[in-house]
Amino acid sequence: MDILQIVIVSIIASILFILLKDVNPTFAFFIVIVVGIMIFASVIGQIRLIFQVIQSLGDQANVPGLYLETILKIIGIAYIAELGASMTQDAGLQSVAKNIELAGKIFILLLAIPIITSVIEAIVSFLPTV
Amino acid sequence: MLTDISVLFQIAGIGIIVALIHTILKQMGKEEIAQFATLIGFIIVLYIVINGLRDLFNQIKSVFLF
Repeated sequence: MDILQIVIVSIIASILFILLKDVNPTFAFFIVIVVGIMIFASVIGQIRLIFQVIQSLGDQANVPGLYLETILKIIGIAYIAELGASMTQDAGLQSVAKNIELAGKIFILLLAIPIITSVIEAIVSFLPTV
Repeated sequence: MLTDISVLFQIAGIGIIVALIHTILKQMGKEEIAQFATLIGFIIVLYIVINGLRDLFNQIKSVFLF
């Protein structure tokens, strides 16, 4: 989908949201969710292309697959957590949004543990043994 | 997959019609049936949205999480 189409869809969605807000707030919130899904679904194909390029570059540079995979997973977790947090925030649940963000951070940290340990091991191997 | 804009108009239309039915049934004094109409409309839209959400999450899983 083009950027113009995305903007037009968002404008139409905001008009429908204003129309529905007073009549039926539940359905107005569904419109917000659907617009989020539509925009991300139109973008995800391009993200897939970018990731393929990144992976082929990494293969050429002989970067271990574990690192690239971890980084891509972290990006994915960050995006999903952001999506959920902003949607719950739109629904007025601030504390749930905060908790989703916290969970996202924890999972990212969990994924980063192998990289952190390998970095620390590398540093320790540089240190002269007494 | 929710890539068609007609889904938006569909949801907005269902919302307006359900609100209309609710008002009319309330005027007729049938409070419970009005609640049921709202609930059914809600379930229909929820079905559409959940299907779209499932497709989106499957795609996210296939792109980001392998």
